[in-house]
Amino acid sequence: MNSLILKTAGKYIAPLLFLFAIYLLLTGHNQPGGGFSGGLVASASFILLAFAYGVERTQNWIRISPIYLIALGLLLAIGSGLFSILTGQPFMTGVWITFNSLSLGTPMLFDTGVFLVVSGTTLLIILELLKEV
Amino acid sequence: MKTLVIFPIIIPLITASFCLVSYKTPRLQWFFVGLGNISYFIVALTFLWATYHGNYYSIQIGNWEAPFGITIIIDLFSSIMLVITSILVFCSLLYALTMTPKEEFRLGYLSLTFFLVMGVSGAFTTGDLFNLYVWFEVMLMSSFVLMAFGGEQRQLEGSIKYVILNLMSSAIFLASTGILYGMVGTVNLTDLSIKLSMIEHKYPKLIVSSLLLVAFGIKAGLFPLYFWLPASYHTPPPGISALFSGLLTKVGMYSIIRTFTLFYREIDTTMQNALLIIASLTMLIGVLGAVSQNEIRRILSFHIISQIGYMLMGLALWTPAGIAGAIYFMAHNIIAKSNLFFISGIIHKKTGSYNLKSQGNLYKELPILSFCFLCSALSLAGLPPLSGFVGKLALIIAGINANAYITVLVSIVVSFLTLFSMTKIWIYTFWGTPNHKKTDTSETPQNLSFAYCSVIILALLTLGLGILGETFFTISYKSAQSLLQPLTYIEKVMGY
Repeated sequence: MNSLILKTAGKYIAPLLFLFAIYLLLTGHNQPGGGFSGGLVASASFILLAFAYGVERTQNWIRISPIYLIALGLLLAIGSGLFSILTGQPFMTGVWITFNSLSLGTPMLFDTGVFLVVSGTTLLIILELLKEV
Repeated sequence: MKTLVIFPIIIPLITASFCLVSYKTPRLQWFFVGLGNISYFIVALTFLWATYHGNYYSIQIGNWEAPFGITIIIDLFSSIMLVITSILVFCSLLYALTMTPKEEFRLGYLSLTFFLVMGVSGAFTTGDLFNLYVWFEVMLMSSFVLMAFGGEQRQLEGSIKYVILNLMSSAIFLASTGILYGMVGTVNLTDLSIKLSMIEHKYPKLIVSSLLLVAFGIKAGLFPLYFWLPASYHTPPPGISALFSGLLTKVGMYSIIRTFTLFYREIDTTMQNALLIIASLTMLIGVLGAVSQNEIRRILSFHIISQIGYMLMGLALWTPAGIAGAIYFMAHNIIAKSNLFFISGIIHKKTGSYNLKSQGNLYKELPILSFCFLCSALSLAGLPPLSGFVGKLALIIAGINANAYITVLVSIVVSFLTLFSMTKIWIYTFWGTPNHKKTDTSETPQNLSFAYCSVIILALLTLGLGILGETFFTISYKSAQSLLQPLTYIEKVMGY
C-alpha cells in the first residue's frame, strides 16, 4: 500500500501507540490494562508502520526477530516465578521491593513477559501474512 | 523437595524457550534438549522414590490457599507417569535425531515437543479441574502443530479431524467444569471430592461424571468416541505419532482414573456397569478394526483403542488389584505401543511404504529390528515373559475376583485377536518374499543407529517390565491403594 496520508500519519501515530502500550503495561497492575492488551497495542503500532512502509523496512526497525521476543518473554515470565523460590515461598508468589513510594514486584516482570510474548506472536503472524500480500 | 514439585512443569518450559532462542542453530537446541530431558528424568525419578515411601508433595501456586488457588500435587501415580513420560521423550528424541529432516528442527520441532511435554506433565501433576483443562489446551495446541508438521495434504486432513474432535471434547470438559462449579462452588479436585461426597442425591454426580467421561473419553479414544484416532494418527511423521500414541490417549485415561477415584468414594453400580460395558466394547471394536486394516500404522492406531479398553476395565473393577492392573498396563502400553510406531517408521524408511502388502522379508535384512518388533508385538498380545502378560494377568485375576466374567472373557478373546493381527504384520513384513523396490539406494544411505538405539531401549524395557513384573506391580498396587483411599491426598492438599 503506497499512501502518503498513511505514511505521514503513521509516522506520528505509531510512536504514540507504542507509548500508550507501555502505559497500559505499567498501569495494568491496579487498573484496566496489563501485559496482554499492552502487547497487542505495541504490535499494532509496528503493524501500522508495516502497512505504511512495507514489511521489510518494519523488520529493520524492529531489529530482532519476533521469535526472540517470544522466547525472551517466556523466560522473563518463568524467571519472575522463580524469584519466590529463592525466598522459600511457592512458585509464582509475588515478591516486592519498596523504594520510598515506588514498589517493584515480580508480577510486573511477569506482565512484561506476557507483553513480549503477545507482541512477538502477533508480529510474527501478521508480518508473515503481510509478506504474502 | 517441596520446591521441586513445580519442576516437572517448568523444566520443559525452560527447555522449550531456550530452543526458541536458538531456533537457528539445531546443535545448540540439542544441547538444551539433552540437558532438559536428563534433569526432567532425574526429578521424576526422585519423586518416584520419595512417593513410593508414602509421601505426597504439594504446593499452592502463588501461595493462595487450597480451595481457591491452584494446587500442584505429586503422588505415586503422578510420579510413575512422569518417569515413563521422561523415558518415552528421551527415546523419541533419540529417534528424531536421525529420522527427522534437519530443516524441521529450524521450524521448532524440539521446542514444540517440549511444550507438549509441559502440557502432559502439567496434566499429571495438577490438583485442579480447571487447571487440568488448561493443560489439555497446552497439549492440544502443540500437538496440532506437530501433527501438521510437513504440511502434506493428508496430514492436514488428519489434523483437522483431530483438532475439531478434540475441541469438542474441550468444550464438553469446560461445560462439565462449569456445571460442577455451579453445583458445589469449587474446581479444586480435593475440595470437589469432599463436597461431592456430601451430596446425598446420586444423579447430579452421575450426570457430571458421565459428562467428564465423555470429555476424557474423546481424548482417550473410548468406544464410541474413538473415530478421530485411527483417522489421524497414521498421518504425522512416525516419531511424532509414537509420542502421541504413548502420551496423549494415556493423559485422557489418567484423568479418568484421577477424577473418578476422587469423585466416588464408592463406585455407583450404574456407573460401574456402564464403565464395564464401555471397556468391553472398546477392547472388542478396537481390535476388530485392527484386524481389517492393511496399513501398519492404522493397525497400530486401532490397537491403541483396544488397549485403552483394558485400562478402563481395570478402573471399572474398582478394586486395588484392578486399578493396579490398569496403571501397570498403562506403563506397559506406553512403552510397547510407542516402540511399534517407532519400528513402523524404520520399516517405512527401508521399504518406502506403510502398506503390509508391499513389504516383505525384512527378517533377513534387519534381524535386530525384527527381534525388537517381536518383543513389543508379543508383549502387546500378552505373551509371557513380556510386560503385557503381567498386565493382562493382573487384570484378568482382578476381574474374576470382582465377578466381571463377561468383560474377562472379552479381554481374553481380544488378546487372541491382537496376537492374530500382530502375526499378520509379522508374516507380511518380516517373512514372505520381498516386494519392495530398494528405495534407499538412490539417496545417500542414512545412518539410523540412533533410531535403532531408541527401539532397542524400549524393547529391553518391555522385557524388563515383564521379568521384573513383581516389583513394578508392587509399585502400581501401592499407588492404586492410595488412589482408592484418597483421604491422605485430601489432607495433604487441604491442610487438615
